[in-house]
Amino acid sequence: MEGRTLVRDTDTELVERLRHGDEATFVGLIDTYSAPLLRLAVTFVQSPAVAEEVVQETWMAVVTGIGRFEGRSSVKTWLFKILTNKAKTRALRERRTISFSEFDPGNGDEPAVDHDRFLPADHPQWPGHWSNAPQPWSMGPEGTALDRETLAVLRRALEDLPRAQRVVVALRDVHGWPAADVCAALELTEANQRVLLHRGRSRLRGVLERYFSDAPTLPSPASGGGKLNDLPSPASGGGKGMCNAQSISDTKQEDQ
Amino acid sequence: MTDDITTGLACNELVEIITDYLEGTLPEHDRARFDEHLLTCPGCREYVDEMRTTLRLSGRLAVESISPGARDELLRAFRRMKASSTGL
Repeated sequence: MEGRTLVRDTDTELVERLRHGDEATFVGLIDTYSAPLLRLAVTFVQSPAVAEEVVQETWMAVVTGIGRFEGRSSVKTWLFKILTNKAKTRALRERRTISFSEFDPGNGDEPAVDHDRFLPADHPQWPGHWSNAPQPWSMGPEGTALDRETLAVLRRALEDLPRAQRVVVALRDVHGWPAADVCAALELTEANQRVLLHRGRSRLRGVLERYFSDAPTLPSPASGGGKLNDLPSPASGGGKGMCNAQSISDTKQEDQ
Repeated sequence: MTDDITTGLACNELVEIITDYLEGTLPEHDRARFDEHLLTCPGCREYVDEMRTTLRLSGRLAVESISPGARDELLRAFRRMKASSTGL
């Protein structure tokens, strides 16, 4: 939210203040954009430490290059472009080849919900209607162990999303950016942004649904492995590779 | 009665246009079909609720930023830049 007022302040004024060495403006910028920049950086490079370095390099480029800002794009877009270039260079050095066109959501048809949850198209009365309708979720009140566990599950599901979906969902739903800003920063068309958002959100809902439907109402851990270890990974593609049990296991169920 | 649903939106279509619905980018006509469908379909009402819950929970996820040390270093660099461009 701060970010928006900061930018609405007109980019020309903002850049002007930076050029005059206005520290408050610079602090405002780094506090507003470092987190989203970091979010994008981690999709290019391997380690969080390197991602932070890339963000750092981006800000240094701003410090030394503010005189070169031409105002043809917004400051936000400019920042993201610098970051993208630096991150790509770094990724190349790490011999990680990432094609930026991965941001193109084009390939394949990924249903929001498995086809088998619906009645077939030739069903005489209810074609395409739920055969297995969603059931209400039993969520713990905010601040409880169950609530924290839910957030941990969601966090992991977000990290497991394919990269383009992950960045878009994070900027939109975690950072609260408006669609237009995400499109500008990532140079996405509105339609592509929406497809990525839709797929990402649908997957997250699916993970939460499985989590809530697996959750026993009464905790009765018969055997060692808690339900968290049995969490299914997101529908397609999301192998166990990226996710680790540790981040989850430190939010242990308190009931035992 | 059932015609409303069979000729209207099917649940498996609704779950694919829900983002456009929530984004407010669904054309008026489709929006009306969407709303109409919700009136008669508890399963989809639940689905929309769950999607909204998902968004709300996402908004509560912690945001990670750069470390305080890195931030301080940037500020120092900014001051150095200022000193060198105005100081001489």
